[in-house]
Amino acid sequence: MVIECKHVWAHISGYLDQSLPPDVLEQVQKHLEHCEICSAILDSTRNILILTADERVFELPLGFSERLHARLEEEIKGLEP
Amino acid sequence: MATELRDESRMIASILAGDAQLFHELIRPYERRVYAMALSFLRNEADAEDVAQEAFLKAFRSLAGFRGDAKFGTWLVSITLNEARSRIRRRDAIKMESLDEPQDDQGHSSPALLRDWKEIPSEALERKEVRSLLQKAITSLPQIYREVFQLRDIEQMSVNEAAEALGITVSSVKVRLHRARMMLQKNLAPQLKQMAPKRRWWAWS
Repeated sequence: MVIECKHVWAHISGYLDQSLPPDVLEQVQKHLEHCEICSAILDSTRNILILTADERVFELPLGFSERLHARLEEEIKGLEP
Repeated sequence: MATELRDESRMIASILAGDAQLFHELIRPYERRVYAMALSFLRNEADAEDVAQEAFLKAFRSLAGFRGDAKFGTWLVSITLNEARSRIRRRDAIKMESLDEPQDDQGHSSPALLRDWKEIPSEALERKEVRSLLQKAITSLPQIYREVFQLRDIEQMSVNEAAEALGITVSSVKVRLHRARMMLQKNLAPQLKQMAPKRRWWAWS
């Protein structure tokens, strides 16, 4: 069965998570083999996920750990008799 | 030490038995995760740090109520989510973001169409403008999509763990995740592509 681009777009996320049922996976794969547009959408989405998962996107501010542990220490000390 | 190799339930038992100092070690691997969660909600570094601290304090105070049926990390994420949500409610009491949010399954978003796409190398993240572009795109997702994306694609939790932490069904996680990813693709792909070849050897387009 031939499927349209729009149909493939609905499965991009499932494709990346490898959670598509075998029959859908086969249709999507066949479509991707000849469709440059959908292949570019898939590649760009995958790449964006790789970039956003990188630790450098959300870095801890300087001194974050020190301030956090100092505050916890106060709390812990406060519990001691 | 890798999280998997630590016996967290044993650490928790020792803390509850009186070795409170061990709590410092227990939370070290989670500092960045909790902060990143808070930042993606609060969109402001000072508020995010404050909420992250509150979340850790709350976890310490309510550690006795932690039941070992979830992972400590998942439990911590739930606490952070609650702290962040209640902070947002207080802060944005007038501006009700939730009213503007689309419901699951509604609306169709079409992706950005690019005829060719070459990979953006992760070295690009050394550029501040690329990092802030990504941060901005993530933090501007509507909340219900942002939280799922944060847990699954940034913190790399499984679909089941994310569902548990958020108190929603696995299928809601999948639907929201798909929408979040497509929104980011639509927003980011053209911008990243455009930022491309300032350096000749990154032949991206």
